[in-house]
Amino acid sequence: MATTTTNPKDRTLLAVIGDEDSVTGLLLAGIGDVDKNQKKNFLIVDAKTQTSVIESAFQDFTERKDVAILLINQHVAERIRPTVDRYQAAFPALLEIPSKEHPYDPAKDSVLKRVQKLRGD
Amino acid sequence: MSGTGPREAIFPTRMNLTLTKGRLKGAQTGHSLLAKKRDALTTRFRTILRKVDEAKRLMGRVLQLASFSLAEVTYTAGDISYQVQESVKRASYTVQARQENVSGVVLPAFDGIRSKDASDFNLTGLSRGGQQIQKCRDTYVKAVGTLVELASLQTAFTILDEVIRATNRRVNAIEHVVIPRLDNTIKYINSELDEMDREEFFRLKKVQGKKKRDAEKANDERGKQNAEFTGKGGELHRDEGIGGGDAGGADMLDEGKDDDVIF
Repeated sequence: MATTTTNPKDRTLLAVIGDEDSVTGLLLAGIGDVDKNQKKNFLIVDAKTQTSVIESAFQDFTERKDVAILLINQHVAERIRPTVDRYQAAFPALLEIPSKEHPYDPAKDSVLKRVQKLRGD
Repeated sequence: MSGTGPREAIFPTRMNLTLTKGRLKGAQTGHSLLAKKRDALTTRFRTILRKVDEAKRLMGRVLQLASFSLAEVTYTAGDISYQVQESVKRASYTVQARQENVSGVVLPAFDGIRSKDASDFNLTGLSRGGQQIQKCRDTYVKAVGTLVELASLQTAFTILDEVIRATNRRVNAIEHVVIPRLDNTIKYINSELDEMDREEFFRLKKVQGKKKRDAEKANDERGKQNAEFTGKGGELHRDEGIGGGDAGGADMLDEGKDDDVIF
């Protein structure tokens, strides 16, 4: 239960790691936030983005104390799959979302995999 | 008997027996309570499981719609992504955690909050496509609402999963480790006490036998000494008690009974 030690009430932000379109749309909805240190709560990934950059952003967002939900494009999650699958903590909640070019594949989702396993089908 | 299985390292006394019995009762109560808790959690877990599955599939469709509306925007207003990214200041869409209690387990749930001054991108699309952008924004707000809902479900799922595992571990530990151990301890104490009882009984028997044997021996010894003494011409005096001796014991009142007097 080490994951629930920090107060979930302090977590108010949503963070995004995704391609340009997904991030733009979500920012349009108003989830974007730039804090005092010019730290953004979103990362735009394209084909040229290094995997290590994604990894470090993932680590950064999961360790931030003000992030409640971390959204990540499924095709981006696929690139750092071992890290994503290893992530088991309750906070921030990790959500894999589909992107425009990559339709949603439930079979790849780390949570849905567990759901499927538990339901036994 | 007492050597089977692990047991508590205590002395086999009656007090410890009572104590252990109390602990066994406590363990059994705890076991049934935990089993109930597990059942309640599992019921809840199954509901959430189904909802997560549904919501995940729904999310796919919602985001597809949102992507379409963004494509429309790009078509009418051109690429706005740079503008949008640069005008980000503070989040206008935030979430607030609320807590729900399921048999002592705190499940957080998120509520999306959209602040009133959600007008960060007022200038975007001023030249053209403003309406599309407005529409797109609404679609995305709705999509984010779905995502937030899904996130709360998923968080509940993760936490419940963890708690159910812990509860299961405890139930199994009590069932397969604690209760057998206490059972063994009780059996051990009982057998030890029984053995002590038997030992005590045997000891008493032994003592009795020894006393009897000693008494017989002393009697024989005396008889021999007496015989020796009388053989040398001594006179034997016995303590014959009141009215003693072989002749003694007659009823004084019966002696010399008068005849009945008849007038």
